[in-house]
Amino acid sequence: MASVSVTVDGVRYDDDVEARTLLVHYLRENLGKVGTVVGCDTSNCGACTVLLNGRSVKSCSVLAVQADGQEVTTVEGLARDGVLHPVQQAFHDRHALQCGFCTPGMIMAAVSFLADEPNPTGEQIREGIEGNLCRCTGYQNIVRAISDAAAAMRSGDTAQPAATEVSV
Amino acid sequence: MTVTDERPAEVGAPRRRKEDARLITGRTNWTDNIVLPGMHYMAVLRSPVAHARISHIDVSAARSRSGVVDAFTGADIADFQGSLPCAWPVTPDMVHPNRPPLAVDEVRHVGEPVAVVIARSRNAAVDALEAIDVDYEDLPVVLDMEAALAEGADLVHSDKGTNKSYTWIFESGAAGTGASTDEAFAQAEVVVKRRYKQQRLIPSFMEPRSVVVDPTGDVITVWSSTQIPHITRFLMSLLTGTPEHKVRIIAPDVGGGFGGKIGVTAEEMLSFFAARRLGKPVKYTETRSDSLVSAHHGRDQIQDIEIAAKRDGTVLGLRVNLLANMGAYLGLVAPGVPLLGAFMYNAIYKFPAYRFECSGVFTNTTITDAYRGAGRPEATYAIERLMDELAVELGLDPMEVRRRNWIRHEEFPFTTVAGLTYDSGNYEAATDKAMALFGYDALRAEQASRRASGDQVQLGLGISTYTEMCGLAPSRILGALSYGAGGWEHAAVRMLPTGKVEVVTGSSAHGQGHETAWSQIVADQLGVAFEDIEVLHGDTRTSVKGLDTYGSRSLAVGGIALYQACQKVIENAKPVAAHMLECDVNDVEFSNGSFRVRGTPGEGKTLGDCALAVFAAHNLPDGIEPNLDAEAVYDPTNFSFPHGTHLCAVEIDTETGVTKIRKYVAVDDVGRVVNPLIVEGQIHGGVVQGIAQALFEEAVYDGSGNLLTGSFVDYTLPSAADLVEMTTDRTESPAPGHPLGVKGVGEAGAIASTPAVVNAIVDALRPRGVNDVEMPCTPERVWRAANLSGGAQ
Amino acid sequence: MIPSKFDYAKATSVDDAVRLLAQGGEDAKVLAGGQSLLPLLRLRLAAPTLLVDVGSVPEMTGIRDDGDAIVIGASTTHADVLNNALVKQYAALVAKATATVADRQVRHRGTFGGSLAHADPAGDLPAVATASDAVFTIAGPNGRRQVPASQFFVDYLTTALGPDEVLVSVRLPKRAGWGAHYEKFNRTAQAWAMVGVAAAVRRENGHIAEAAVGLTNMGSVPIRARGVESALVGGAASADAIGAAAAHASEGTNPTSDVSASAEYRAHMVGVLTRRALVAAAGLG
Repeated sequence: MASVSVTVDGVRYDDDVEARTLLVHYLRENLGKVGTVVGCDTSNCGACTVLLNGRSVKSCSVLAVQADGQEVTTVEGLARDGVLHPVQQAFHDRHALQCGFCTPGMIMAAVSFLADEPNPTGEQIREGIEGNLCRCTGYQNIVRAISDAAAAMRSGDTAQPAATEVSV
Repeated sequence: MTVTDERPAEVGAPRRRKEDARLITGRTNWTDNIVLPGMHYMAVLRSPVAHARISHIDVSAARSRSGVVDAFTGADIADFQGSLPCAWPVTPDMVHPNRPPLAVDEVRHVGEPVAVVIARSRNAAVDALEAIDVDYEDLPVVLDMEAALAEGADLVHSDKGTNKSYTWIFESGAAGTGASTDEAFAQAEVVVKRRYKQQRLIPSFMEPRSVVVDPTGDVITVWSSTQIPHITRFLMSLLTGTPEHKVRIIAPDVGGGFGGKIGVTAEEMLSFFAARRLGKPVKYTETRSDSLVSAHHGRDQIQDIEIAAKRDGTVLGLRVNLLANMGAYLGLVAPGVPLLGAFMYNAIYKFPAYRFECSGVFTNTTITDAYRGAGRPEATYAIERLMDELAVELGLDPMEVRRRNWIRHEEFPFTTVAGLTYDSGNYEAATDKAMALFGYDALRAEQASRRASGDQVQLGLGISTYTEMCGLAPSRILGALSYGAGGWEHAAVRMLPTGKVEVVTGSSAHGQGHETAWSQIVADQLGVAFEDIEVLHGDTRTSVKGLDTYGSRSLAVGGIALYQACQKVIENAKPVAAHMLECDVNDVEFSNGSFRVRGTPGEGKTLGDCALAVFAAHNLPDGIEPNLDAEAVYDPTNFSFPHGTHLCAVEIDTETGVTKIRKYVAVDDVGRVVNPLIVEGQIHGGVVQGIAQALFEEAVYDGSGNLLTGSFVDYTLPSAADLVEMTTDRTESPAPGHPLGVKGVGEAGAIASTPAVVNAIVDALRPRGVNDVEMPCTPERVWRAANLSGGAQ
Repeated sequence: MIPSKFDYAKATSVDDAVRLLAQGGEDAKVLAGGQSLLPLLRLRLAAPTLLVDVGSVPEMTGIRDDGDAIVIGASTTHADVLNNALVKQYAALVAKATATVADRQVRHRGTFGGSLAHADPAGDLPAVATASDAVFTIAGPNGRRQVPASQFFVDYLTTALGPDEVLVSVRLPKRAGWGAHYEKFNRTAQAWAMVGVAAAVRRENGHIAEAAVGLTNMGSVPIRARGVESALVGGAASADAIGAAAAHASEGTNPTSDVSASAEYRAHMVGVLTRRALVAAAGLG
């Protein structure tokens, strides 16, 4: 067993885990952070994307022990004080999800991408999320949502919770 | 006083989805999230070879591993494991081999389960698989369908004496739906014949399948990532001998299906057996590698198709001869998949004679079964490709050939040569709209100039004017086709005392947005707020009756049941309202959520008022049951027939063979639209799956029957970076015969887009003597066609 | 799936890593970003008993100026490489090729040295290192040694690294003023390169003064297209001259046929891609 100390969505956790424990399994099984999911075993689908020290990573391809001493943000830690993150809000507004399985990873990939490219073109967005597969949407509304979110973040809009429709 | 509670119609509004709240915040309930006290984990050992006799298998070392509580083989459960079901015996003499959940003596495809381990942790279960000892004696591997049908071929099932499961034939002359096909061909001035190959695809739902079985309560509860909880309950009960009322199936959040989660799976059955053996909850979640080799595949047909026409372009008849790869066994509805296409080869065209013949063939591969469109994409691809070939043969524009043959809008309802009655449509309107959005003439002019200048990048234009049959299905028609179930759907509406509404649907959503669309329908019918409606589905305890989600049926069938249940609620409330309004029940009218005395403006009584009144039941008219709730089952009398025109322009770099989609326009007519956001999303996703068949995806086996595309590294799903923005629009031809006017939209995009793309590719290369490129049209295949074919491929 | 059991040790220095590897024996493996290794472990295509994590060894992280060369620590992530000013200025080919490696998430974790040590013929960076005249600094029980790229890549997934050795850093001769381009060809954006061409040229008075071309996935190891280079050097910096030189691209290659392309198609494509890469590198495109 190896010890790991990691801050996830603002909360510090100290655990002993098998060295082979993948970060995504640690999040899901040890911490109950089941919002982050596993979609493949070759790091293609990106469904497991989380932020590690603010940068997007595929948590199926990181060992929990490699995250020792670091900070993880999952889709569950994105909304603040009941207010959706602009990317979450835009995914809702633009109907950028259907079954929703790829959505946590897609949202986290987009958050990290927009930190690097705050004013992306449609083509840059498409390349920016090339590490995430979606089988439902054909990506069109995802690209639109990320573009909208970028605009909202640039203008400093604080997304409002969508009245009665979405509570967090 | 005037009425002030007029609310805008919900149906037709681009409502953002209710489902999103949990999905964008990670508060989801995927099956793999479920953890129960004392839960065990199952791991499955799969065959690494395509066809072999199991000469020796020993799980004793695995059983003694730390953390392992049980391990068993097919032989251990042979006397009760039974056979996974196939519910569609398309012919009385169909060869239908047993498909045991665990192979007993013989394995017939790579990935077939041969043993399982159950342990206290997932890791222990997976680790112990390595301790299982199996010896395989290789048997001849059957992969090629035509070779499989040849005299003296090696056999997938040696006891059956043949690799052919069935041959199913339709002939319009014999069926009385049209003329004799042979006679029609005898009159032909032009005959064009082609062979098309529908490559094998893998549905690739994003959520790997997962199942949890809890045997510890009074009933056995099964959570499964399935499209079909109700059918699964019925079949699991039959297969396990557990009384149906003692089995509860829950499909919680389900991450996509596309047909791939229709089926009672080996893993569901094995989890059930393991849980029952141990008396403990058991969970199995597949890996993607497991999934790609064990979840059913789709398509995989060889299509020989032949069209007879007059020189003026009038089509006289069509012959289709199909080979359909079943894989090693028969999937739940697999034999019927080509039949769903059989009625669609005539497509939007009128012609007098049609013959269809299909043989199902066994090979040593993963089973095939329904995948988005199931039979209809294959049919649409072949006829839409062939209409282009006919146009070339006749020297006509491909759209002109279509116009000369399609059903005109004033001819609906129209009974086709395949015997179906198309309900409504307007091919002219959809096509005109699509052509205008596309800029067809300007693109043709650009194509001509690129051809003239010998540009390295050539432009091609592809057309697909499709229709499809959805809203599966009238139960009588399914019966006539020997399908093992009906096609009705169920809905229930429960009025809560506070005026809130619970809606129960038998259709089981996994991304389609039922919770939103169903709320919109009910809001309009009952005059309650969208937010005040909760839609319940996917649990056989709350949704007691249903036939689940596939075949673009949820709205077209389940939506009508819901509408009917709403009308019953209103009827139930009417005497209650009349009593409160102190008038005769015949003087009560209901609109905008309120009952009023006819012709009398005023406050009226809402359904909520009535719900509270029956809750208290203190003051109801004599003989009135204190209940507003109602349920309805709707069995459609016909399919519904969406249609549309898709246009695709591709640029082909003739030096590399790379195909780039330059422009894609889809104008779809899916009847009345409940939620345009959801409809557009369905079209986007469907179109991209169809494009992916045209350009990217193929399940490839090597000569030994190993799946070479066994991970997402090699089974190349397109990402956003591989695709471009498309233009979508619609026309609306309401479905007649039921009050909502809706059709179906789940499969339309995937049915339409594949031939549009391939027609465009072939069009670009036509001057180079190319008349086909096999799918997927990879850069290499396109490059070869463009540079090496020296004529027809 | 989950990997087989292994032990894990975090190295604090290069010496520590070498010592840990020695203790672990032949089934010990170096872990840096893990972006190649972890998928292999998950599929149980590899089952090391010990992983020695060199991801945070200070000496192995970061990029420094070393006179006539820049030195990239083996554990530097792709994201840090491609955004680095020294790399952009002196090793533009590395910056451009690194931007095409996998996807953003993988570039955030995956390392420069890890990609090279993994030595997948379809990986992008081995050909880039080959074309860049990279020199690899390797540490082992017997101290350190320098290996040029031409000797580093030995075979499919095999390098000059011994099981007890660690790739510490990679030294890249400065190429200020060179134009560079990496032309990657894949079936989908996610796919590994079917063929890739790493090209760098220095122009002088309308001529090509120096040229370096490396080929991805045209054999079991990255290939230096010497025939192309010698045809270029001294010739005009023109599309025609480049086209003629690129015709030599498939010389000495030995591409495979696999599920994504035939050898014949790869041999055709390497010429096309070499021409395109050189045209872009020479600023003619």
